Formats: sequence, C-alpha cells, structure tokens
Amino acid sequence: MSEKKRIFSPHEKEIIKDIHKELEIPSRRMFGKRLLSLGAISMLTGCSLDNDESIESALMVISRFNDKVQGILFDPNRLAPTYPASMITKPFPFNAYYDESEIRPNPENFKLKLSGLILDKKDWSLLELMALPQTSQITRHICVEGWSAIGKWGGVRFSDFLKRIGADTSAQFIGFRCHDDYYTSIDMATALHPQTLLSLTYADEVLPAKYGYPIKIRIPTKLGYKNPKYVKEIFVTNVNPGGYWEDQGYNWFGGS
Amino acid sequence: MSLLESLLMRQETLTPVYVRISHWINAIAVILMVMSGLKIYNASPVFNFLIPRSITLGGWLGGALLWHFAVMWLLVFNGILYLFANIYSGRMKKKFFPIRATELVNDFIDSLKGKLTHDDLSKYNSIQKLAYLAAIADLILIIASGLVIWKSVQFPILRELLTGFDHARVIHFLAMCFIVFFLFIHLIMVALVPKTLLIMLRGR
Repeated sequence: MSEKKRIFSPHEKEIIKDIHKELEIPSRRMFGKRLLSLGAISMLTGCSLDNDESIESALMVISRFNDKVQGILFDPNRLAPTYPASMITKPFPFNAYYDESEIRPNPENFKLKLSGLILDKKDWSLLELMALPQTSQITRHICVEGWSAIGKWGGVRFSDFLKRIGADTSAQFIGFRCHDDYYTSIDMATALHPQTLLSLTYADEVLPAKYGYPIKIRIPTKLGYKNPKYVKEIFVTNVNPGGYWEDQGYNWFGGS
Repeated sequence: MSLLESLLMRQETLTPVYVRISHWINAIAVILMVMSGLKIYNASPVFNFLIPRSITLGGWLGGALLWHFAVMWLLVFNGILYLFANIYSGRMKKKFFPIRATELVNDFIDSLKGKLTHDDLSKYNSIQKLAYLAAIADLILIIASGLVIWKSVQFPILRELLTGFDHARVIHFLAMCFIVFFLFIHLIMVALVPKTLLIMLRGR
C-alpha cells in the first residue's frame, strides 16, 4: 500500500489535470461515455461477471446448497414415470463428452472392479453379472441440455447388487470410473432407489458399444451426466468423488 | 383542506416500500433468469432458432445453469414475500380488483385513441390491473413449469398438470416470451409516463 502511494501521489494532480484536458475534447468525452456504457453492457451480458472468481465461488456455494435441497426433495419411494414400448425414441441419441467416432468400449475380457467400503471386492465378469436376477424398465433419459429420450434398459437392480457385494450402505457416496476416462458419483439414497440399475442391456440386447458396453448405470431419477457408461470400477466412499462435468460446474446432485 | 393536510397528502406514498424493493429485486431476477435461461435454451433449442450469444449470461451451459439455479431462489422468495405482503395488507384487493369487462373495453378504446390518461397515479386503470395480474400469473407459471423441468420425477402432479416434461419446456419458454413482452410494453409505458418511474423509486 505505502509503496503504491509513494509511486502515485506526486503525479496525482498532474494526472487529474491531464484527464480534465482530455475530457475537454468532445470526441474524448464521447469515448469516455461509451466506455461507461460498454461497462454497463458487459455488466448485463455477464461477460465480465463470468470471469469474476468471487461471483463464481458464490454461485458454487449456492450449487452446493442446491445439492442439499435436492437431497431433501428426493423421495426414495417415488418412481420415475415408465412408458409403453411404442414411445421408445428411435434411434436413441448417442451422447458423451466426445464424438461418436471416438467411443472406447470396454474390452471383451472385461471385469468390473470394486473398491472402497465393500466387503466382497472380487471382480465381476459380464457373464457373472448376467447370471444375477435381471429386471428392465422403459424410462425417460433427461439430458442437462434439455432434450430427453425414452429407452429400455435392463440389468441388475443396483440396490440388490450393493447388498450382494456387502457394500456399506450407510456410506454417503458411490463413485464410478469408466473406460473412457469419464467419472461421476451419486448419493447413497439414489443408489438404493428401486429404479437404479446396473444396466447390461439396451432394448433387450447386450449394451451396444455406443450405449456403454458392457455396463451403464441407469438412474431415471438423475440427469444423463449422472448415468455413466463403460463403467469399469465401482467404489463406495464417504469422500465426494465429484465427476467429469460436476468438477467443471454442473450441479453435483443432478437429480430429476 | 389546510396547507398542512395537503402537504401530508403530498408526502403520502403511493407505492409502499416493500412493493418498491420487491419490484426492483424482481426486475433484476427476471432479467438474469431470462439471460441465463436463453443460454440454456441454446444447448438444446426447443424451436428452430438460436439466441444470439451477446444477450445470454453464463458463458457456457454449466455457467448459465449455475446462474439460473442461483437466481431462482431470489425470484421465488421475493415473489412469495411480495404476494404475502400484498394480499395480507389488502393492497392486492384494493389496487387490482375489481376488473370490469366494460371498463376494460372502454380503457382499451381510449388507449387506442391515445386518450387513456394517467392523471391519478394512485389508481391503476383496468388495463394496468389486467397487465400486472397477468405478469404475476405468468411468473407463477414460469416457476411451476421450471419446477417440472428441474425436478420432473419429484413433482408428478405438477408434471401431469403441464402434460409432461417436454411440454413443460415449451410452456417455460413461451411464458418467458410473455414476461419479456410485458417488460417491453412496461418500459414503453414508463417512457410515456416518466413520473411512474419516480414513484417506483421514491414512493410518490
């Protein structure tokens, strides 16, 4: 502070004089006015607001608050609507953080890894998963962008799977790591929701490469980015693992 | 009427302070919601056109969503407080009702002739009553359809009332168009009767 003062104060009067001189020239005055109105416009359009770190951190605080509100609003027994087969969206859109030409499905000899607060952490092959009791449902996939599409997913009820592997269901989070380097995480209440599936099929067939071969976690009570594809590892934790989009600013709870 | 009385009359506020505060909070909230909402719209347009970037807020979809889901609290709680105070104080009933069809027709004809005067700013004419009530109703529809878009699973009755998630998006957009239209007319009227701006700032 004192450094600044020493540098600027001797020139203060001269600077003010200079500004006054400048402002006496009409075109300069116009420029000054324009500069001010430009500032006002940038305030309105948020061009400067977007880059302001304090505003961004304030918005993130509210987003964390919205996580909590959504956790309270979430009713573990309320089911997402289901639809007749005639309403299935064809073709079901491909969506990822990369283009469809760059899809990276898991290899054929794939095994699902388990880690964290789980008693039985043995790997699971696709055949072993398919041997478990299966269920299916036709639900609406809602994307954070606003579009939605109806599809039919089948697989193991996720809450059954968590019980079978001895997951600590009193823990807060389930994290997912994917073969395409995508990652996301969900709250335990949603993981135990009856419609949350460890999905192995789409339209009654083994998950095609573009829909997440061999495992997609299908959660009709969450937005699309909370429905990971190409899942290779599932872990149970009390430390929020975040997510690919969530860490960039998408709301973490992402519930519907 | 004594001089003192008339002075007191002059000092009497036409617009109570809570109305003025909630009006300006609402104005800011609506503008921020519209601008961030238009950015969200661009991520997956309901209609066959995109909104120019320059009038959107948030930089990218994630930023726009952060704005939208932050400012929504301002819009909703400000709206609830306004409605509560307005109804509870009796101002709503006194200022907005009744709206008579004959008055509406007459006021409308007068306004077309340019004869609809705003001499007595303590009273709303029937077109004002209808317009302000429509804006309030529209904001309620915006919030309801927004809830269905945000939490379509958790609000099943509201979702069915608005005939599903996809329709709620269209309703949300069209209701936004209405409030922008209202704002446009509102600003023109303020320009025509500038004293109303003073009243909304200082109450008289």
